[in-house]
Amino acid sequence: MSGALLLQQVVNGLTLGAVYTLIALSFSLVMGILGILNLAIAELFMIGGYVGFTLIMAGAPLPVAIIGGMVVAAAVSVVIEKIGYEPLRDAPAITPMLSTLGFSIILQNIATNLWGSDPLQLPDDRLGSRIALGEVSIGTMQLLVIGASIFLVAALAFIIQRTTLGRALRAVAENRDVARLLGVRANHILLIAFILSGVMAGAAGVLISLHYAAITPYIGVETGLKAIAVMVVGGVTRTWGALLAGPLIGLAEVATISYGGSQIRDFVVYGLMILILLVRPQGLLGGARSDHGPRV
Amino acid sequence: MSTYYAGLLADTGILMLGALSVYIILATGQLSLGNAGFMGIGAYVASWLTVEVGLPLTAALLIAAVFAGIVGVVIGFPALRLKGIYLAMATLGFGEMVRSFFLNFEPMGGAGGFSGMAHVSVGYIWLWAGGVLILVSVLERSRLWLEIRATHDDETAASLVGLNTTATKIGAFGFGAAVAAIAGGLFAHHQVYIEPANFGFERSIDLVLAVILGGSTVAPGALVGAALLVMLPETLRFLADWRLAAFGTLLILVLLVRRQGILDRGLFRMLTLRRQGT
Repeated sequence: MSGALLLQQVVNGLTLGAVYTLIALSFSLVMGILGILNLAIAELFMIGGYVGFTLIMAGAPLPVAIIGGMVVAAAVSVVIEKIGYEPLRDAPAITPMLSTLGFSIILQNIATNLWGSDPLQLPDDRLGSRIALGEVSIGTMQLLVIGASIFLVAALAFIIQRTTLGRALRAVAENRDVARLLGVRANHILLIAFILSGVMAGAAGVLISLHYAAITPYIGVETGLKAIAVMVVGGVTRTWGALLAGPLIGLAEVATISYGGSQIRDFVVYGLMILILLVRPQGLLGGARSDHGPRV
Repeated sequence: MSTYYAGLLADTGILMLGALSVYIILATGQLSLGNAGFMGIGAYVASWLTVEVGLPLTAALLIAAVFAGIVGVVIGFPALRLKGIYLAMATLGFGEMVRSFFLNFEPMGGAGGFSGMAHVSVGYIWLWAGGVLILVSVLERSRLWLEIRATHDDETAASLVGLNTTATKIGAFGFGAAVAAIAGGLFAHHQVYIEPANFGFERSIDLVLAVILGGSTVAPGALVGAALLVMLPETLRFLADWRLAAFGTLLILVLLVRRQGILDRGLFRMLTLRRQGT
């Protein structure tokens, strides 16, 4: 493999990794604070993608499409929190996980009925040009995906680390009861966590569907499972581990496709995830507190 | 009985066996999201034995169950390090790895799938399904099950009073995997065609769903849950394109109204007592 081709693969891997990072952050916002796996995130991502796609087809500019996807996904996320999570707060962790599964079945059905089960294709003229750098060509869309992901992650980092809201989020994640005693409105904060999670998933959906220039109602499941692996490799309660794990898994995936055939990539990705769980349950960047997950 | 109802009945039996495999592991407090992987192993091993080796189905199923049971024990050991949702995610990864393995396993068709199995009757499926259900129900009245429940309720306390919680948890994984393999083997010989996509994450979730909906504290809950999951989409057929959305809505409603599942210990005791009275 020539150097230029290798560089091309690195760019492809980083693009994929950027999107994985966004969805993994979406998962870990809910997981880190509530300790539940929100399976509907995969479909929020799909719905966000369709909304963005529809807006682009209607001639809306890109930022509008991305914001549209984020808003709709966040709104659906609020519904999920109110109906699927809040009444089941005291139940064992599997119960809210399955109620979010109920929502993902509903969302997938809605998407199939609204947009059909065949893939939607974006016409070439809306794809944007490719920039040639010597032998390497980078699509403007790829640059956009990477750029927008970096911006979103930075914005989220700012909210979580620097604002009062972020401090409240971290307090509730640390200990919900103590946070409540100290005057944090915990229920309010949980809702915000769901909204932020929806925003990230929706944006990721728009970005990946524009990158592939195609979308199907089934895009959520596969990418969503991969994002769970990214979250685990980065460390479930260590939100920022996903920044390292996303590009890592994206690159690993692209590398296995070019060296070992595309079929073997899932084997490698999930193998890596299990290895991390066993050897470093706290994730690549995790600290000392390891596998004190809530009991099922 | 028409072939339509026979098919539904067979699906219920197979799903119930799969659900029992989750139930057995869940009884020790471990959630497995990868039991479709064990089902896949059972399906492929049993099909290979009947088609390529020419063994009778019953022998093939037993061998597949033992094989998957060994894999389950091997998986159970590293799983001891993990708890709760972390274990769930690791088993999810295991399931996806098994699916991906068979996708690349060209000797048995790879992505193209594998066929050539002889079709099996509903009666035979229910012989297995009923047998395993009775076996688990009998086990539930044993001392062993008390140890399993102790491990589920408080693992530390259980090990402090001298119970071997390690053996209990690993044993549950092995037993659950064996039951899942039987479900997989029966599935393969009912569908007479299998492909790796049959044993993905959605199948694993279906199995968990059947247990949670039916009731995760008594074994017959798996029967109730399996019947519900098979029959509900059929009865909602009149909704045409929207039946899956209706199914999802009903699922959420059941979880909201009865989070312990439809059948719990109290209801089960009531039902069985009333039957004794009449």
